[in-house]
Amino acid sequence: MSSSEAFPASGVPPRAGGTNVADRLFKGTTLLFALSVVAIMVLMAGAMLRTALPAIRAFGWHFPFTSTWDPVAERFGALPFIYGTLVSSLLALSIAVPLSLGGAIFLVELAPHWLAQPIAFLIDLLASIPSVVYGLWGIFVLAPWLRTTVQPALGALLGVLPLFQGPAYGVGMLAAGMILAIMVIPFISGVSREVLMAVPNSQREAALALGATKWEAIRTAVLPYSRSGIIGAIILGLGRALGETMAVTMVIGNRPEIALSLFAPGYTMASVIANEFAEATSDFHLAALIEIGLLLFGVTILVNGLARLLVWSVAGNGAATVRE
Amino acid sequence: MLTGLAVEKLGACFGQKQVLNGISMTIGPNLVTAIIGPSGCGKSTLIRCLNRLHETVPGARQSGRVLLDGQDISQMDPVQVRRTIGMVFQKPNPFPSMSIYDNVAAGLRLNGVRKRHRLDEYVEKSLRMGALWEEVADRLDKPGISLSGGQQQRLCIARAIAIEPKVLLMDEPCSALDPVSTGKIEELIQELKKALTIVIVTHNMQQAARVSDYTGFLLLGELIEFDETPKLFTNPRDKRTEDYITGRFG
Amino acid sequence: MTFDRYRRRKRVNVLVSALAFLCAAITIIPLLMILGHLLAQGAKAVNLDFFTQLPKPVGEVGGGMANAIVGTLILIGLACLVGLPIGIIGGIYLAEFGNNKTGWLVRFMSDVLNGTPSIVIGIFAYTVVVLPMKRFSALAGGFALGIIMIPTVIRATEELVKLVPTSVREAGLALGIPQWRVILRIVVPSAKAGIVTGVLLAVARIGGETAPLLFTAFGNQFWQRRLDQPIASLPVQIFTYAISPFEDWHRQAWAGALVLVAMILITSVLTRVVTKGQDRSMR
Ligand SMILES: Nc1ncnc2c1ncn2[C@@H]1O[C@H](COP(=O)(O)OP(=O)(O)OP(=O)(O)O)[C@@H](O)[C@H]1O
Ligand SMILES: [Mg+2]
Repeated sequence: MSSSEAFPASGVPPRAGGTNVADRLFKGTTLLFALSVVAIMVLMAGAMLRTALPAIRAFGWHFPFTSTWDPVAERFGALPFIYGTLVSSLLALSIAVPLSLGGAIFLVELAPHWLAQPIAFLIDLLASIPSVVYGLWGIFVLAPWLRTTVQPALGALLGVLPLFQGPAYGVGMLAAGMILAIMVIPFISGVSREVLMAVPNSQREAALALGATKWEAIRTAVLPYSRSGIIGAIILGLGRALGETMAVTMVIGNRPEIALSLFAPGYTMASVIANEFAEATSDFHLAALIEIGLLLFGVTILVNGLARLLVWSVAGNGAATVRE
Repeated sequence: MLTGLAVEKLGACFGQKQVLNGISMTIGPNLVTAIIGPSGCGKSTLIRCLNRLHETVPGARQSGRVLLDGQDISQMDPVQVRRTIGMVFQKPNPFPSMSIYDNVAAGLRLNGVRKRHRLDEYVEKSLRMGALWEEVADRLDKPGISLSGGQQQRLCIARAIAIEPKVLLMDEPCSALDPVSTGKIEELIQELKKALTIVIVTHNMQQAARVSDYTGFLLLGELIEFDETPKLFTNPRDKRTEDYITGRFG
Repeated sequence: MTFDRYRRRKRVNVLVSALAFLCAAITIIPLLMILGHLLAQGAKAVNLDFFTQLPKPVGEVGGGMANAIVGTLILIGLACLVGLPIGIIGGIYLAEFGNNKTGWLVRFMSDVLNGTPSIVIGIFAYTVVVLPMKRFSALAGGFALGIIMIPTVIRATEELVKLVPTSVREAGLALGIPQWRVILRIVVPSAKAGIVTGVLLAVARIGGETAPLLFTAFGNQFWQRRLDQPIASLPVQIFTYAISPFEDWHRQAWAGALVLVAMILITSVLTRVVTKGQDRSMR
C-alpha cells in the first residue's frame, strides 16, 4: 500500500552528489530541529545575561560575596543564598549518598530478583512525585516531627556542637536537607544501579573464583570497575539538589541569613527566585534575581557536564561511540 | 595431599531448561581431565557446578552431588570451595583497575596475606609458574589490561594459582588466543599438573588429546563417554563419540 | 596461607549485606509515608466540589480546583506543541544521522538542559515570552513546560528509533524507496509505541512542575478564557494553599496533591506496563 505511493518519488533522478534532493531536504529539516536544542541553550544564557546586566554592572564581583539583600534600598548580595544552597545540598548528599549506594548494591548485587524488582520499582516511583507534594508533606509532617522529636533529641545529644544549637523551629536547614535527600535518592540510586549492572559478570566471577565472599567480590571487582560512574551518579544528584526549588522553599524557612546551626532557617538561590520573582519591586530587583538564576545555571551546567562525562565513560550510550 | 573430585548423578537447570543430566565421573588427583563436546552441550555449566559458580546465576538449580576428597561440596562453605578449586575463564578477565602485581595479589590479600615481602614472593612465584614473569617483571605496576590477550590469560592463570588451589578449572582457556600463546598455556598445563588437579574444557580435540589424561565427551547435557584420553580418541565405545571426533557432526 | 581471618571475613560479609538491605529499606520508607499521608489526608478532603467548583474567596469554606485541573491540562497541551516537534524530529535526526560531532553536541546540550533547574527555564520563558507580552500568560507557562519536555522526548525517540533493525531500513531502501520515506513510513511507525511512552513520561514529569509556572502562567482564581492571560494550574494552586494560613485551604492542598499524584502515577505506571509488554515482544 505505501510502497505504491512511494514509487513515484523514487523516480526522482539521483543528483550528481549521489543523494536524493528530498532526502537532503529531510535531513536538513531534522537537523534544524535537533539544532534548536543547542539554540535554546545559547538563547537561554544570552537572554538571562542581558536582563541581569544592570545588576552585574552595579555589583560586579561583589555580588556573590555580599550578604545584604535589601530590595527596598536596592542593595543586593547573593552570599546567604549561595551558602544556603550549598549547605542544604551537601547535607542532602551526606544523607542520600550512603543510603542510595547501599540500596543500589543491595538491589543489584545481593537481593534475589523477586525482592529487587518491587523495591526498585518503588524507589523509581519516588522520582515521579512532584516537588510541591514533597513540600506539602514537609510542611505538615516532616517539620512538625523535627520540631517535636528530632531536634530536641539532637540538641540534647550533640548540643555542644554549634551545628545543633538554637531553638527548634522544625522548618530550617535540617528540614531542607532531609527533604532534598529524599528527593535525590531515586536519582543517585537509579544511576548507580545502571552503572553497577553495567559491570560484566566475568568480573564478579573472577573474584568469586578466587574465594572472595560476596562483599569482597563487590569491593575488589565491582566497585573499582564502576567507580567513575558512581561518582558521576553522585554529582548528578548534586546537580538535582542545587536546583531543586519548591520543596526546599516550603521547608527552609526563607530567611536570608547565614547561621551555623542546622536548626536555623535559611534561604537558597532557587527559593529566593521562586518567592520574589513574580512580585519583584523594580527592574533592578529583577535583574539581581536573574543574576542569581544565572549563577545557578552556570553551576548546574558545570556539575551536570562533569557528571555526564563520568557516567558516559562507564555505562556507555549512543554518544560514547561517537567520542571514540 | 592429592585432591580429586567425584561427580555423582549431577543435573543442572536454568529455570525450566535442563542442561545437564545424570553426569557421573571421577576426576583423578594430579591428572588433567578434558571435557569436550559441541557448543551449547553444557561444558561450561558442568565445570561451573564444580566450584559452585553455577548457583550464582539467577534461576539456576542443580541436583546430584560433587565430592571433593569425599566431602559433598554443597555442604561446604562456597567460599572455601572456591578457595580450594580455582578457575580460569574463557575470556581473560583481569581486574581493569588493578596493576599486574595487584591482580596476582588480589586473592592473596583476600586471604589475609598483608606483608609486602610475602606478597612479592608469592607474586613472583605465581607469575613464574604462569610463564609470564620474564615478560612483565619490569612493569608489574602497569595495568593488567595493558597486556596482550595471551598475556592476560596467563595473568589470570597466575592470579588463580597464587592462592595455591588444589584443583584448577579451565573453561576454554585458549579459545581467544593465537597458536603461540596456546602452545605456552599447554606447556604450562603440563607443569601445573605436578602440583594440581586440572579440569579443562576445550573445543579443540587436538588440544584435548595433547594435554589430557582423561577425556569426557558431553552431548546435549549427557556424558556419553568418559575414558583414558588415548583410548577415547583411538577406540571410542560409543558411535556418537566416534562421529564427533572424526568430525562427522558438531 | 592463613585461614584464621576467615570467620571475620564471613562476619563482615553478613554485616555489610544487612547494612545494604537496611539502606534499601530506609529508602522506601519516605515513599510509603508520603503515599500514606496523601491517601489519608487527601481522601478525607476530596469531594465532588473539588472537581467542579472554582476556588472560594479567602475566608469562605468549600469550593474546588476545577479551573486548576483544566489549566494543568491546557498547559500540558501547549507544552506538547513546543516540546514534541523539537523532541521527536530532533530525536529522529540523532538516531538516523547523529553519529557525528553535531549529534554529540545536541546530545550533550540535551543532557545539560535535562539537568538545568526548572526554575531557570522559568526565568528563560519569562525573559522571552512574559517581558515582550508584558503579562503573565498560559502561553509563557506552556512554553516553559515544553522546553522542560524536550530532553526526555528526544532521548526516548532516539533510543527507540535506533532499536529498529537495520534490516528493516535496508528492506525499504532495496525497494527503491527514498530514505526519507523509509524513515517516516517504515522506521518511525515501528518505533511509535516507544515514542508514545517517552512522551507520556515527559508529560508525567511536567504535570507536577511548579517552579517555572510561578512567574509565567502565574495563577488565576477564575476560569481563563484566553491563552494570553494568566492561568491556574494544580501544582501552583497546591503551593499557594499549602503555605496559606487557612485550615480549609490546607485540606484542599492535600486533596489537590492526591489528585495530582494519582494523575502522574497512573500515567507513569501505565507507561511502564506498556513498555514492559513491548520489551518482551521485541526480544
Ligand atoms: N545463564 C543462562 N541462562 C539460561 N540458559 C543458559 C545460561 N547459560 C547457558 N545456558 C544454556 O545452557 C546450555 C549449556 O550452556 P553452556 O554454556 O554450558 O554450553 P557450553 O558447552 O559451554 O557451550 P560453548 O562451547 O559454546 O561454551 C546452552 O543451551 C545454553 O543456551
Ligand atoms: Mg562454554
